[in-house]
Amino acid sequence: MAEHFPVLIVLLPLIAAPLCVALRHGGGTWLLATLATWGSFAISIALLAQVLEDGTIKYQLGNWVAPWGIEYVVDELNAYILLVVTAIASVIMPFAARSVPAEMGQRGVYLFYTMYLLCLSGLLGMTVTGDAFNVFVFLEISSLSSYALISLGRNRKALHAAYQYLVLGTIGATFFLIGVGLLYLMTGTLNMADLAARIDKVEDSRIIYTAFGFIVLGIGLKLAVFPLHAWLPNAYTYAPSVVSIFLAGTATKVSLYLLLRFIYSVFGHSFTFDKVVAGPLILVLAVAAIVICSLVAVWQRNIKRILAFSSVAQIGYMLLGVSLGTVMGLQATLLHIFNHAMMKAGLFLACGCILYRVGSMKLVDLQGVGRRMPWTMMAFTLCGLSLIGVPLTAGFISKWYLVTATLERGWWAAAVLIVLASLLALVYVGKVVQAAFFKEPETGVVNLAEVREAPLSLLIPTWILVFANLYFGIETDISADIAGQAAKQLIGASR
Amino acid sequence: MVDLILGLYNYWIVIALMMAGLYIVISRQNLIKKLIGLNIFQTSVFVLYISIGKVFGGTAPILDGTDRIYSNPLPHVLILTAIVVGVATAALGLALVVRIKEEYGTIEEDDINQMDDES
Repeated sequence: MAEHFPVLIVLLPLIAAPLCVALRHGGGTWLLATLATWGSFAISIALLAQVLEDGTIKYQLGNWVAPWGIEYVVDELNAYILLVVTAIASVIMPFAARSVPAEMGQRGVYLFYTMYLLCLSGLLGMTVTGDAFNVFVFLEISSLSSYALISLGRNRKALHAAYQYLVLGTIGATFFLIGVGLLYLMTGTLNMADLAARIDKVEDSRIIYTAFGFIVLGIGLKLAVFPLHAWLPNAYTYAPSVVSIFLAGTATKVSLYLLLRFIYSVFGHSFTFDKVVAGPLILVLAVAAIVICSLVAVWQRNIKRILAFSSVAQIGYMLLGVSLGTVMGLQATLLHIFNHAMMKAGLFLACGCILYRVGSMKLVDLQGVGRRMPWTMMAFTLCGLSLIGVPLTAGFISKWYLVTATLERGWWAAAVLIVLASLLALVYVGKVVQAAFFKEPETGVVNLAEVREAPLSLLIPTWILVFANLYFGIETDISADIAGQAAKQLIGASR
Repeated sequence: MVDLILGLYNYWIVIALMMAGLYIVISRQNLIKKLIGLNIFQTSVFVLYISIGKVFGGTAPILDGTDRIYSNPLPHVLILTAIVVGVATAALGLALVVRIKEEYGTIEEDDINQMDDES
């Protein structure tokens, strides 16, 4: 049983998805989806323990020997990402039970869970597979279902957002496909380990450089790297609450994992940083994302939009760590993947609570909501502090590692920038907190007098993530150590 | 020069299709036309994959005991998968356009943007 874990973690949600369509019953599909998600979470914990104990696991699908058959490879990095994705997916299931029928109506519930499970299995498949073409297939499974999920939003703008994401996402995935095709043209293989072994004989070819460009650009579109982020703000803003939480916590993280996997495990460290010299390019885009998107976030009037732009800025922090090209930098990136998943999911969960009770995400409508929904807004504030990077929260730990890593390379300006950009985060989080707690309600469309605190089934998942933010802000053994090990292993194994 | 143009003509076709598809996606305002452009763009990649699997003088890869040269079947199989993905993308895209038409009453992107800005 245990030796089949690498494939079971993907199969569990993949099999549960069509069962949901057969079942059709709202509560039944929720139960099925919860069991599948929690099952995947349990497997990911087991896999991580197994990897830390015995090293990399290789699983041959259908006993076809790699590189002919498809191979699933789980090392420290995958296991870590699997844990982040399944943990976020598991935490939001109790939240979904209440929020999904409220936002999508009882009739659409089973379709929602079908798409949700498909999206989850696509993300897990992208993470676990060791085959470049298989990545494309899983990428499209997760993308197609996420377009459908976004279009379920209540506002009609969700449809337009989903359409725009579909066009850009498909262009990204097709660019990735071109890159993989060019790699196959030059090496005759699709297995990542085999690709890495054969690529150094042909790496001076212009075709390999072109393949690198297409693959990085394709993944960059899915990752919402700064100038390619046009789809993200609308998609996050108008998607249903559960979808925003899920995508913000997992989808971009998996794309970043893919980028790291291709940079380090396929093309190799020396090719990426010495031959292509991608470091400065990534640095410039990262800094632009941090500064520009933080500034844009300050001017937004919709809470979900503020958080969406802040997500693009946070991706900038993660890329800044990548651009350093050192073990420390990579560790900071991985740590921020973990911590950012927690804080952003927590913030979007709080937004979901507000939307459930108030029905609006506009700052004007939410003035004084803190007095009506103190627990929700407390959770928002605490996760917001983590986003800013206040000591004793998880956000502080990742900023600390990132600043240390930049100073290790002697990049003083970058370190100063990280600290200054945190002040911008303080401004946009502060804007929401100020409106919620310190402003008088406006007599507008929404009547706040009748608003009550969100129900417990919504509050408990939110507070679980708040406590996770505080816990991992003090106790860094798990997150930082595994991130460090994964970073060392990734750079150590790279050419 | 002749070799560059005629010898690599499959790649020139791929590039022409790819650019035409991308140009349609970027320049058209009509949502259906955008999807058509997207499909042309995807198709160009299918052609790229299939043409790199061709072996000169090779036939269809059917094993019947005789020794013969055959084309590489793997890119064909990969592209079968990619075609399925392309069909699914087109279907989902068209479904979204139908819903957009129901909600907005138009499928011209600038009209939709205008209506989005007003609300």
